[in-house]
Amino acid sequence: MQPLINSLPETVFTTKVDDLLNWGRASSQWYMLFGLACCAIELMQTGGPRADLDRFGCVPRATPRQSDLMIVAGTLTYKMAKRTKLLYDQMPDPKYVISMGSCANCGGLFQLAYSVCKGVDKIIPVDVYVPGCPPRPEALTEGLLRIQDKMMRERWLVKPARAAEAPVGA
Amino acid sequence: MEAKEIYARTERKFSGKVSGFQGDVIDPNFRVEAQAIVEVCRYLRDDPELNFETLSDLTGLDLPKENRLQVVYHLYSYSKRHQIVLKVDLPRDNPHVSTMEGVWKVANWLEREVFDLFGVIFEGHSDLRRILLPEDWVGYPLRKDYVEQEEYDGISTQRAPLVEKLLR
Repeated sequence: MQPLINSLPETVFTTKVDDLLNWGRASSQWYMLFGLACCAIELMQTGGPRADLDRFGCVPRATPRQSDLMIVAGTLTYKMAKRTKLLYDQMPDPKYVISMGSCANCGGLFQLAYSVCKGVDKIIPVDVYVPGCPPRPEALTEGLLRIQDKMMRERWLVKPARAAEAPVGA
Repeated sequence: MEAKEIYARTERKFSGKVSGFQGDVIDPNFRVEAQAIVEVCRYLRDDPELNFETLSDLTGLDLPKENRLQVVYHLYSYSKRHQIVLKVDLPRDNPHVSTMEGVWKVANWLEREVFDLFGVIFEGHSDLRRILLPEDWVGYPLRKDYVEQEEYDGISTQRAPLVEKLLR
């Protein structure tokens, strides 16, 4: 995430409104307390004191209605896919999705099984895919930083916002 | 008690209804006629020297080449510390067998699972619904001839394979 640029002496702070709004959003992403399988263990580790997602202002919320970010951590069965869609629909806009681990990305190891959904992008739009089985906390942290980058590039005062943004990681 | 003797006692009691004893395997087993399975199990449970208190597992097998489904009962006795496996053959096109709920209550969920994945109908079962899969699922996925649906409830089940070679 880029720092806010100040063009005047230190007594006055100037920046763009968009940048300020985005800086606020990116620095307080609340992710939904939501895990599906073994990736959820790594998700908990990422929230724990060693990797410490909290230092990015990122804290878990136990309800989708207060969440900005959904981290789909684990194998998604068809039975759960319907519930996941429902949870996603309950989140207020603007909302972001991280697909964490091989199973959420494409079905992973279980993609030939009859009961496993072949990727969470079959049901909801995904912003960042984090590879790994499961990804280490560092990888998930990187995914979160990519979401922050994406947020900082969005424009709210001049629409269309999402169409004009550059691809992630450019 | 040795598995051989368990079989011998059962055969004395139910001659003609049990057959095919296999003793030199990890789980000694024998076949039981589908009509007799409840009586045989009640005998195995109630006989004071056999005393099988527990149905430790109930599973299914699909054998399409021989055109039959098998229901497998794993019995264990904690007091006597012996075990036996019973197998029931059913026709593949119309698999019906009586429920074991009246003998061991645990059979309720185990039979629902076999119904869910193999489509075996357990007659007299108190609550024969799917237990693992959603209620609107089509087909019985552990049958060898199961064909996956194109989509489930609007969710596509197809994805272009990433590695062609690893697929069957």
